[in-house]
Amino acid sequence: MQKSLHLDPAKCTGCLQCEMACSYEKLGEFNPSRSLIKVFTFHEEGRFAPYTCTQCDEAWCMRTCPVDAITVDMATGAKLVADDKCVGCKVCTISCPFGTINYVQETGKVAKCDLCGGDPECAKACPTEAIVFIDSNAHGYDRMKAFAEKSLPSANAT
Amino acid sequence: MRHIIIGAGPCGVVAAETLRKANPMADITLIGDEPVPPYSRMAIPYLLIENIGEEGTYLRSTEHYEKQNINYLNHRVSSVDADEKVLTLDDGSTLLYDKLLIASGSHPISPPIEGIDLPNVHSCWTLDDARQIAAIAKQGSNVVLMGAGFIGCIILEALVKRGVNLSVIEMGSRMVPRMLDEKAGGLLEKWCIEKGVNVLTSTKITAIKESGDAMEVETDGGKILKADLVISATGVRSNIAFLEGSGIDVKAGVVVDNKLQTNIANIYAAGDVAQAKDFSTGEYEVQAIQPTATDHGRIAALNMAGQSVEHHGSVNMNVLDTLGLISHSFGLWMGVEGGDSVEIYNPDAYKYMNLRFGIDEEEDVLVGASTLGMTQHIGVVRGLIESKIHLKEWKERLMQDPTRIMEAYLSSTQELDNVI
Repeated sequence: MQKSLHLDPAKCTGCLQCEMACSYEKLGEFNPSRSLIKVFTFHEEGRFAPYTCTQCDEAWCMRTCPVDAITVDMATGAKLVADDKCVGCKVCTISCPFGTINYVQETGKVAKCDLCGGDPECAKACPTEAIVFIDSNAHGYDRMKAFAEKSLPSANAT
Repeated sequence: MRHIIIGAGPCGVVAAETLRKANPMADITLIGDEPVPPYSRMAIPYLLIENIGEEGTYLRSTEHYEKQNINYLNHRVSSVDADEKVLTLDDGSTLLYDKLLIASGSHPISPPIEGIDLPNVHSCWTLDDARQIAAIAKQGSNVVLMGAGFIGCIILEALVKRGVNLSVIEMGSRMVPRMLDEKAGGLLEKWCIEKGVNVLTSTKITAIKESGDAMEVETDGGKILKADLVISATGVRSNIAFLEGSGIDVKAGVVVDNKLQTNIANIYAAGDVAQAKDFSTGEYEVQAIQPTATDHGRIAALNMAGQSVEHHGSVNMNVLDTLGLISHSFGLWMGVEGGDSVEIYNPDAYKYMNLRFGIDEEEDVLVGASTLGMTQHIGVVRGLIESKIHLKEWKERLMQDPTRIMEAYLSSTQELDNVI
């Protein structure tokens, strides 16, 4: 059974442990500005929402990459950026309608969530279960994901 | 069923792969007219910077096509006979097809200027162009770049990094006039000048003349610039000349319907050559951008495979990195008459952002945007435009702070209080 990150804004306290864990895993340093999961703040509602790539089926980023630098990890379903192939052209960053693949000026390449190879650090670090790594079919997560994709007219392919 | 794809750019390659996935038994032939494996023009700037070698521009590994059972032919198609369903190639041989995709792309236009045919005047479009530019553009050489449009700007960094003395000459009143407004284009110009590039806007080249081993470039302002190399980047046009007399409906590009089919059954067109629906205007236009090319390629291939997939129109969008200053434009970035808009303009920090909203029932819908000096979560602009999400109270919040586009998107697509 493939697993997905399930993000629940209602449980997020905005503690940013996920951003710390992500940046430490990816960079070996605590640098939330380079975290691949982001917590967005809604001060009007007093809410927080963690957000990262949903590893969507359409994979606009992967399809538009001109140099084959984005591939699917068959084990986890994650879309992976190969740093040795990415030239930094940024076409994927405008193609992804969720804004979850970003250009990193320091490296000259793009970066996105890779599910940490199937054991995401953000989920382990989250103290309130706002981020959990669970079966894709459970809790209607797939339906939520599908809804987001279906709202886009270009998401019409099988 | 014989499927032939004319053109081996990103559009043709994605189409071939999509066809293969949809129909494991299909006979698929991909025809490219350059003597190299299918590659990406988007990667050429990085080749010129020498971050990658030529193989780094290849769209896929060289074994990929054989593995996918895609027959790759290195030929130029000279004509299409739609009645007999037969293509004639440059060597006079013929190929029969059942379904045809025209993905022949575009070519750089050559302005009618005296001296444009001199040996050291080049376009920057093909790998061969890149090789010739690399051979001349060395430390200290004088280079004149004609045109500060998308392609001109994207190779600017490569030229500067090669250590050349660079002058950029643009006819329009600002840099990238088809992507950035006066303010953003003006900031980009200032940025380039500060990085040591000689930028001349509202200037035309009137002649290029040989002068000893080099050339002299004359402008309408009476300036004369020395040049070892002139790069012509004044725009592209669809490759449609070989379709003359075929009966296929051609205007600026090959006119297609909402299935990307031409006026002739079983003949489709996609990518830079296709005059297809623009998401924002509803008009049929040639966009000639990478994301549209791959979207077209996929949709055309699915329709060729017998599925019925509608093309709802592609959002016109661009991303440009000019000497490290990154700019974007999406959809109706110049706005619509009567629509609200909000702007951030911070010239000292080289930051600019403009969000454009629709009118009437789309009064709270994002219809376009342009930015300079921003990169994070930029794709969500496409998401907001294409999903036509009603932003409701978030429109006012964006009018106060347009940088909160990601929050606006999340609020509008996910119920923050909802426990699923």
